[in-house]
Amino acid sequence: MDEGDGGVNAFSQAIVYLNDPYNWTRPNGILDLLVEHIRISVLAVVLGALVALPLGIVLGVSGRGGGAIVMLSNVSRAVPTLALLTIFAVTPLGFSEASTILALALFAVPPMLTNTFVGFREVDRDVLEAARAMGMARRQVIAKVEFPLAVPLIMTGVRTAAVQVVATATLAALVGGGGLGRIINLGFGQQDYAQIIAGALLVAALALLTEALLVVLSAVLTPGPQRFSLPRPWRRQRGAPLETEVSAVPL
Amino acid sequence: MLSAAGDVLAADAAPNPWFDVHYVIDNWDTILGYTAQHVRLTVGAVVLGALIALPLALLARRTRLLSGPVLSLSSIVYTIPSLAMFSFLAPFTGPLSATTVLIGLTLYTLVILVRNFLAGLQAVPADVREAARGMGYGSARLFVQVDLPLALPAFMAGLRIATVSTVALTTVGVITGNGGLGQLIVGGFNANFYRAEIVTGALGCVVLALVADLLLAGAQRLLTPWTRGTAA
Repeated sequence: MDEGDGGVNAFSQAIVYLNDPYNWTRPNGILDLLVEHIRISVLAVVLGALVALPLGIVLGVSGRGGGAIVMLSNVSRAVPTLALLTIFAVTPLGFSEASTILALALFAVPPMLTNTFVGFREVDRDVLEAARAMGMARRQVIAKVEFPLAVPLIMTGVRTAAVQVVATATLAALVGGGGLGRIINLGFGQQDYAQIIAGALLVAALALLTEALLVVLSAVLTPGPQRFSLPRPWRRQRGAPLETEVSAVPL
Repeated sequence: MLSAAGDVLAADAAPNPWFDVHYVIDNWDTILGYTAQHVRLTVGAVVLGALIALPLALLARRTRLLSGPVLSLSSIVYTIPSLAMFSFLAPFTGPLSATTVLIGLTLYTLVILVRNFLAGLQAVPADVREAARGMGYGSARLFVQVDLPLALPAFMAGLRIATVSTVALTTVGVITGNGGLGQLIVGGFNANFYRAEIVTGALGCVVLALVADLLLAGAQRLLTPWTRGTAA
């Protein structure tokens, strides 16, 4: 393929590839891989949430374990997702869907855990005192006061984790797993730019769509006036810290 | 290392340890070569990213009209999976070229660094800058003697995050054959699931990230002696 106009050509060839209905509907075509990709991602996020949210709530309410959580999220930043995917694939689990889901779920835990913990920690102490003074039991305070106030941050954690899982699920294809990454991997193997770009467009679109969907979902789930002040970094007040520290990692 | 010649074992029965010192010793040169590539790509991406991010952050600080688009564009770049990013670049820079990986990694470090640089610059108190200007500081001197020292902790925090995550991300470069230690991870996988090679690559990445983080933390201590009393 000549280098001169290879770039532009590749994109138009990718459109041709994506416009061919057979590429979508054939066995192991785009639709099959998309369904597989989404199934893996949803299961991984749910599995991660089942661990991270209760743990985050318990630690956040008691206020203990902050140091350990920070360390966990720093260490998880240093471990390549590809490494974990590969290591799980060579355990007795084999390179099955289960090992991909487990590896991805492990990476989904730190962002959700950190944000849940911080969400509960940052509830205004005065509000808690008022709730207790009104005669609320500990359990009621957690369920009716702290949790609603922590929802925005919890949802930020879920959003970060979900986008990360959708993005990194692509890497499973490098080590024999399924999902949309297969199209890219196959394209590189065959030096076929149309497939490479088509796969990349699909994966990027899915990631951006996941992000958009969860922004809407968290706006719906957030009670009260916090609802629309949520995920808009450019609306931040001057001087408030940017949303950089909480487990934001390129994928 | 498989067992002695003539002693044929089925794949399942062959020893496949999680870590093997002999593997590391026998393949030391290969490991060192991939480590060097890993370091080159990481350092290159962070340095290039910082060189581009600083002017962008300085520009974005001037007006909200610029900082808004810069921040939202950076969160979009952030969301694009690395494998897709390398794919988009491949037709332009070659599917088997290290340049593809370097440019992709630079884009991600750029995103992290612009945000952190901007946060650092915005945290410089306006009063201090005004006082310096009142004392007759020009814009270059203002930056070097006022902004830079005050924003340095935030700058260094950004550099540390960018470096550590780039070390992890470089492994995805295997798709182009230039993944540094990622080559060992996928290489071991393709060599009949040879665990020792996979684990060596993975451990190498973690050690590399740790060393880089410690070096930057040390540099930060040296560069900002005045924070030492208050730093936790």
